[in-house]
Amino acid sequence: MSRAELLEHRAVISGIGQSAVGRRLNRSGIDLTVDSALEAIADAGLEVADIDGIATYPGAGGGPGGFAGPGTPEVQDAMRLRLNWHTGGIEGPAQMAAVINAAMAVATGLARHVLCYRTVTEASAQGGGGRGGIGAGVPQMGGTLQWSIPFKAYSAACWLAMNAQRHFHEFGTTREQLGAIPVNQRANAAINPKAVYRDPMSLEDYLAARIITTPFGLYDCDAPVDGSTAIIVSSADYAPDAPRPAARFEAVGTALRGRPSWDQFDDLTTMSARDAAASMWERTDLTPADVDIAELYDGFSFLTLCWLEALGFCGRGEGGPFVEGGRRIALDGDLPLNTHGGQLSAGRLHGFGHIHEAVLQLRGEAGARQVAGDPELAAVANGGGPIAGCMLLSRWR
Amino acid sequence: MSDFRVLPRIDEDNEFFWTSGREGVLRFLGCDQCGYLIHPPAPVCPRCWSREVSPHPVSGRATLYSFTVNHQNWAPGAEEPYVIGMVVPVEQDDVRLTTNVIGIEPEAVSIGMELEVVFEDRDPVFLPLFRPVGER
Repeated sequence: MSRAELLEHRAVISGIGQSAVGRRLNRSGIDLTVDSALEAIADAGLEVADIDGIATYPGAGGGPGGFAGPGTPEVQDAMRLRLNWHTGGIEGPAQMAAVINAAMAVATGLARHVLCYRTVTEASAQGGGGRGGIGAGVPQMGGTLQWSIPFKAYSAACWLAMNAQRHFHEFGTTREQLGAIPVNQRANAAINPKAVYRDPMSLEDYLAARIITTPFGLYDCDAPVDGSTAIIVSSADYAPDAPRPAARFEAVGTALRGRPSWDQFDDLTTMSARDAAASMWERTDLTPADVDIAELYDGFSFLTLCWLEALGFCGRGEGGPFVEGGRRIALDGDLPLNTHGGQLSAGRLHGFGHIHEAVLQLRGEAGARQVAGDPELAAVANGGGPIAGCMLLSRWR
Repeated sequence: MSDFRVLPRIDEDNEFFWTSGREGVLRFLGCDQCGYLIHPPAPVCPRCWSREVSPHPVSGRATLYSFTVNHQNWAPGAEEPYVIGMVVPVEQDDVRLTTNVIGIEPEAVSIGMELEVVFEDRDPVFLPLFRPVGER
């Protein structure tokens, strides 16, 4: 495939925006979404009237409280957008499916400037109680969840803990190694003013925290927040006119070659990250050695470890030794990882936080946590279990 | 009767699976042409494309593929800690069941253990749980 023919090269990220992020904002999803959208549109040097496309994940309805955020009709109407193209949905290559779909729409000429957003109000929805289980309180469960919920596997934590346990079994991975990921991210969050958890955390603190479901402890699990992130995807021919350096899509990874299932997927230790990552590298001449920073989904610490392996930063099963001690993944390490603190410490902005951070870093606008050396290429990944999407973003030049 | 569970909603596609334990037998949907076990149930065999599928009894023996000891209280009425397991029936190595491992202390559970089915009576649902072979 000639690189000039790649759809990815016909679209760019021209603007980014993010609302306030917090544990209990007690503001509506549409309120937060308009904040992030207006910021992203202005950041792209555009007016609201320039937006002719919209895309979100997962769209209205579904999921536990505060998960879905407003659907596209609600946002379109609130902002009186006049659209040539619109989409929202939960089926696809993870949260970033909205952004990849937008790039396809722009590449095919269906739209010129697409507002992509992901909004969560999970912290307010949770209220003063603990993090509830999926299906907790319903009398009966149908659909795919009938195969897990009746066995009190109420959370993705329980499902993915079994993936992690299998990884520990096959490769000798340890909690001390896994803990390097949350400890590193807490250090990054400490210098991110928008992160929700910024107090220092040591490996000893990590190991001493209460166990959620073995081998996961409290700090292996992300922190529900309220917040909205918006990304403007524009036609590549707009990039020279954008006021801030655009981010170019070098390649996207969208494959799902194993069974689309949490427990039936053939390799528990790779999950579908294996497929998405493979398909991304098939679309580029770039290699893992070219990547300067990595913003890899961390609904659980273990997912980040899997993405490191899937994307080829280390060999299969070598994620534990790769992150051990944390030097390699620190802000001044060989592969700065989740430089904003990720969902574990900055907050669960559900995939879009990672895209937002990658663009900030590529522009050199990440403030105290800016990676030195002018990073030019970022790997970004979203998802876990049977849900995976990834992309390589570079600074427009 | 042990602690509270959310039960599966019985429908025409899953009824055989969730009620089979009334007879003390674990059944998977299987292809009547080639014998392949299809789980979760689907009306077509992914190996030979036959639409002739029906419940196939299996031995109830399985190997523990992975597990987690859950300590978190996610829902009212559950008694932590408990073991969630993923088991592979001896008849076919590309099928897994998420289940509970019972009859053993959580700290003694290990991947690779040989297990056998035991049904928890939640009439009309009979939940297939697994315990170490030979436990009573």
